[in-house]
Amino acid sequence: MNQSQFRGTYRPYVSPRDPCPPILEKTFVLPPQLFTNFQKPGLPQNSPEEALKQGSLWPQFVDGFYREEGIS
Amino acid sequence: MWVYEKKLLYPVEVTTCNPMLAKYLMEQYGGADGELAAALRYMNQRYTVPDKVIGVLTDISTEEFSHLEMLATMIYKLTKDATPEQLEKAGLGAHFVNHGHSLFYENAGGVPFTATYIQSKGDPIADLYEDIAAEEKARATYQWLIDISDDPGVSDALRFLRERENIHSLRFRESVEILKEERDRKKIF
Ligand SMILES: [Fe+2]
Repeated sequence: MNQSQFRGTYRPYVSPRDPCPPILEKTFVLPPQLFTNFQKPGLPQNSPEEALKQGSLWPQFVDGFYREEGIS
Repeated sequence: MWVYEKKLLYPVEVTTCNPMLAKYLMEQYGGADGELAAALRYMNQRYTVPDKVIGVLTDISTEEFSHLEMLATMIYKLTKDATPEQLEKAGLGAHFVNHGHSLFYENAGGVPFTATYIQSKGDPIADLYEDIAAEEKARATYQWLIDISDDPGVSDALRFLRERENIHSLRFRESVEILKEERDRKKIF
């Protein structure tokens, strides 16, 4: 699964007087449904087992979320 | 920092002595989808959104405060000379007992404002979608206020305010589109 296509980044203002070590780049989620205004018929489907595991019949709408991404 | 200009964003003309209408206008003054909720919501969210949309939140929040000022003016004018009996007849008896002739942040049903009306999720898309929904709800509230208002001056101001909500909704929708352009940036570098 490639999450990076469902993430955006920005570089917040950083002051030389920031009290904590500043995070130079912040990542935020742009979930897949943002890019599909109306689902087209006939999209590739997961197997039933995979659909149950992923939470969606269509892999196109799965972007996952892992602590390791470090978003928060 | 803010600079205050001592005039209303749009002139407010009130032509009737109508405390009942004042009670209804309180929905936009201290209600869940009202101007105070809008102003406070955007002013607070702006710290944790991508820098490209901070300005939209600052600008719209500031404008919502000027809408709040217009509503305060209307409510004040509609009630300032009303007798306790007139206020009671308009359903503002309990308001008068608690607040006299002063204004208060409460909705048309007299429920005081609460911060639970607004949210800040720290997720830019979740926050902007809340903002779009809030603008559409404010637009709808103005529609029902226009439908119930029998004061032509107040109705005129309400129509102005309703159109502003349309524009705010569009600006937040544009903000979502701007953030969508940030998609996949990481991979290009
Ligand atoms: Fe608005």
